[in-house]
Amino acid sequence: MKILVCMKQVPQKDAPLKLNDTGAWIREEVSYEVNEPDAYALEEALRQKEKHTGEVVVITSGPARSQQVLREALAKGADRAIHLEDSAFVGLDAFNTAKAFAAAIKDEKFDLIFTGLQSDDYGYAQTGVILAELLGWPHATIIMQLEKTASGIRVKRELEAGFFQFVDMPLPAVLTIQSGINKLRYATLIGIKQAKNKPIRKVPLAEVQSAIGDNLQKIERLYVPQKTKKTEHIEGSPAEIAKKLVDKMRNELRVL
Amino acid sequence: MPDTILVVVEQREGKLNRVSWESIAAGQAIAAATGWTLEAAVAGGGVSALASEVAAKKVAKVYAVDSPKLEPYTPDAFAGALKQLLASKQPKLVLMPHTYQVRDFVPKLATAIGRTVISDCIGFKHENGKLLFTRQMFQGKLAADVSFTSEAPWFVTFQNGAFRGDQAEAGTSAAPIEAVTVDIGEGVVRTKPQEIFKEVKQAVDLTAAEIIVSVGRGIKEQKNIEMAKQLADALGGEIAASRPICDSGWLPMDRQVGSSGQTVAPKLYLALGISGAIQHIVGMKGARAIIAVNKDSEAPIFEIADYAVVGNLFDIVPPLIDEVKKAKAGS
Repeated sequence: MKILVCMKQVPQKDAPLKLNDTGAWIREEVSYEVNEPDAYALEEALRQKEKHTGEVVVITSGPARSQQVLREALAKGADRAIHLEDSAFVGLDAFNTAKAFAAAIKDEKFDLIFTGLQSDDYGYAQTGVILAELLGWPHATIIMQLEKTASGIRVKRELEAGFFQFVDMPLPAVLTIQSGINKLRYATLIGIKQAKNKPIRKVPLAEVQSAIGDNLQKIERLYVPQKTKKTEHIEGSPAEIAKKLVDKMRNELRVL
Repeated sequence: MPDTILVVVEQREGKLNRVSWESIAAGQAIAAATGWTLEAAVAGGGVSALASEVAAKKVAKVYAVDSPKLEPYTPDAFAGALKQLLASKQPKLVLMPHTYQVRDFVPKLATAIGRTVISDCIGFKHENGKLLFTRQMFQGKLAADVSFTSEAPWFVTFQNGAFRGDQAEAGTSAAPIEAVTVDIGEGVVRTKPQEIFKEVKQAVDLTAAEIIVSVGRGIKEQKNIEMAKQLADALGGEIAASRPICDSGWLPMDRQVGSSGQTVAPKLYLALGISGAIQHIVGMKGARAIIAVNKDSEAPIFEIADYAVVGNLFDIVPPLIDEVKKAKAGS
């Protein structure tokens, strides 16, 4: 199975975020990490390769710093990487990101393309589905299980409230992968060593420029959310806090 | 002719998803702000009864998009059918709830017609005749006001709970219903869905619990959950968790609160070591009271907490258990 995993680098979960001068984006002097759902997508691809043999290719778009995500993926067992390297890619909406990816992989023949179900920075949950439509491939989202069948694959879709659904579909297909589908592996020392020799194809903005267009939507402003809730801070020593909380529970919330 | 807002409601196996009323309320609010006309659509196989249900709300018209090819749901059929509806009716704005099903097809539908979706919105603004849609970013740390820089139709999905379903105004008389035929050809639908099922025999119904003590990643290790269980027991409540805890198998899946688990609205929700990721918040923001304990003062959970304790839960929970026991013993 030849699998492409689309990965994104996002600010670390506990990174303190500050607005930049435009007020429409953040200052990028923060620590970054791989988008967690994408790590699960990569893990699933590696497991499928281990089961069925094949190749796992990882792709990302972003400035030089985003190469880290590809290096970690190669260290975990991906075979090669594609880096759409330009800081301009950060500002593209999901529609154009998907168009850039589609252009970058036009000469490849993948059986499956995985993305994480959504990103931890934007949280749109769209890029994978858009990519499927651009490629003319079937897709399924929020996948918790994947098995090869005679006619293609059988996937387990997660629905709300604890419901699930199996879906049979042909290949090639795009799947967006849910967190918790598997347990993430750590890169081994050997893996990290071997990663140094694995190819990373750089794709400059110019190569995909003709495929992308203006963004179809725009972040007008970014801001610290206005609080609508009145929050009371409970302070003091742990013993004092415990007493105050119980007092609230009894007298204000009336649950004790 | 004023522009039209089209709300596409959601149904499954002949029952309307109640979040659809929130979408109608959203549409009514935007219609009031802009002066645009509000219409609704329901798609599926055999939807006339559902269309009547929707027509009881204050909308100008309801489209019943009926086809056996729309039952069961597949993204190919839904995107194909709605593409035809939109081509015919040409709405300016298309609203849907941000459900797992909508996420599965609306980006495909928009892309097929060269348009875009602003998803998981929590509100809107109408400033100087321009519509902006507000959404959370960076897992709730920041908010963004987003505009469309493209042609209509514009697609927007609203987060569960962004609007109140009980505020969907009823109409003074039933809205007219227009049956819409769509053509979904052979070979269009490429996926074969099987029966929808529930995986775990749900041992606990968290929606019935008056008090919930919920743990997140801050609990650090599986053995620490015992302490949270003791607090839940002392309070006479149930233990619950955010997704990562259940993914790790530290608590069974039927203890999960969030978009993939249960949505709860207890009298008291005690969040221990939970940061407040959006997927979790949508499952508990309806709680009557929220107490949050987290050592990170910037954790988004504090946006919605009634009582905030910025501190180490391992220092706070043991004395809290003692105080609760004392209070219950009547001292």
